[in-house]
Amino acid sequence: MSEQIKKFMYINRRAPYGTIYAWESLEVVLIGAAFDQDVSLAFMDDGVFQLVKGQDTVDVEMKNFSPTYKALGDYDVTNLYVEKESLEERGLTLEDLMPLTYEDEDDDWAEKDSIRLVSRAEMADIMDEQDVFFSF
Amino acid sequence: MATLHTVNKSPFEKSSLDSCLAYVKDGSSVLMYEDAIYGAIKGTAYADKVAAKGNVNFFVLGADLKARGVSEDKVTDGIEIVDYAKFVALAAENDNVQAWV
Repeated sequence: MSEQIKKFMYINRRAPYGTIYAWESLEVVLIGAAFDQDVSLAFMDDGVFQLVKGQDTVDVEMKNFSPTYKALGDYDVTNLYVEKESLEERGLTLEDLMPLTYEDEDDDWAEKDSIRLVSRAEMADIMDEQDVFFSF
Repeated sequence: MATLHTVNKSPFEKSSLDSCLAYVKDGSSVLMYEDAIYGAIKGTAYADKVAAKGNVNFFVLGADLKARGVSEDKVTDGIEIVDYAKFVALAAENDNVQAWV
C-alpha cells in the first residue's frame, strides 16, 4: 500500500472487569494490528490496573483477558507506555505488572520489554506526536 | 442505626467512596467490591482516609481482589477480606443497606 503510515495511539484509562472498556480496547488493538500502522498503547489513570499480574477471575465468573496482553508482541504492538505517576497514586510499581516482551527482528530476535515506564510529562510529549487517538 | 454502605466504583475515577466516607456514621460498615476494591490498596490516599474512620467497619470482597490481581497482603490494615456469603450476612445483620453506585 502506498498510503502513509500514521501514528495510532490507544489510550487506556479504565480498570478491567468493572466496565467493558479495557477488553474492548484490547479487541480493537488486535483488529487494528492487521493494518500496517505505527501503533502504541498508553496506560494511565485506572488503565494501569489492566496490566497488574496475577489476575484470577474464576470466583467472579468472568473471562480473564489479561493473558491476551502477552500476545501483543506477536502482532508487532511493542510500545506500551505506562505512566509512572498513575502507578504511584495507586500504590503500584513496575514489579506489580505482568512482564510483557517482544522479539526484535532488527536485533537477532532478542527478547525486549514492551512496557515503557514514562513520566506524565513524557506521556504528554508522546501524545503530542500522534496522528490518531482511540480513547477507552 | 447500623447501615451497610456498599461501594463498587474505583475511587480514582469516581467520587462514590469519598461521598460514602463523608456520610458514614460510627458503628456502620463499608463494603468495597468490584472496582471499589482499588480503594483498599495500601499506600494510597484512600488507605489514610480509611484509617481516619476508626469507628467504621471496613470490608472488601476477596473474589474481586483476586480477579484484579490485588494480593491480600496489599490490602490496607483494618480492612477485613470477606466472601460472598459474608456480604449477604452483612446485608442481613445491618438495619439498612445503602449503595453508593
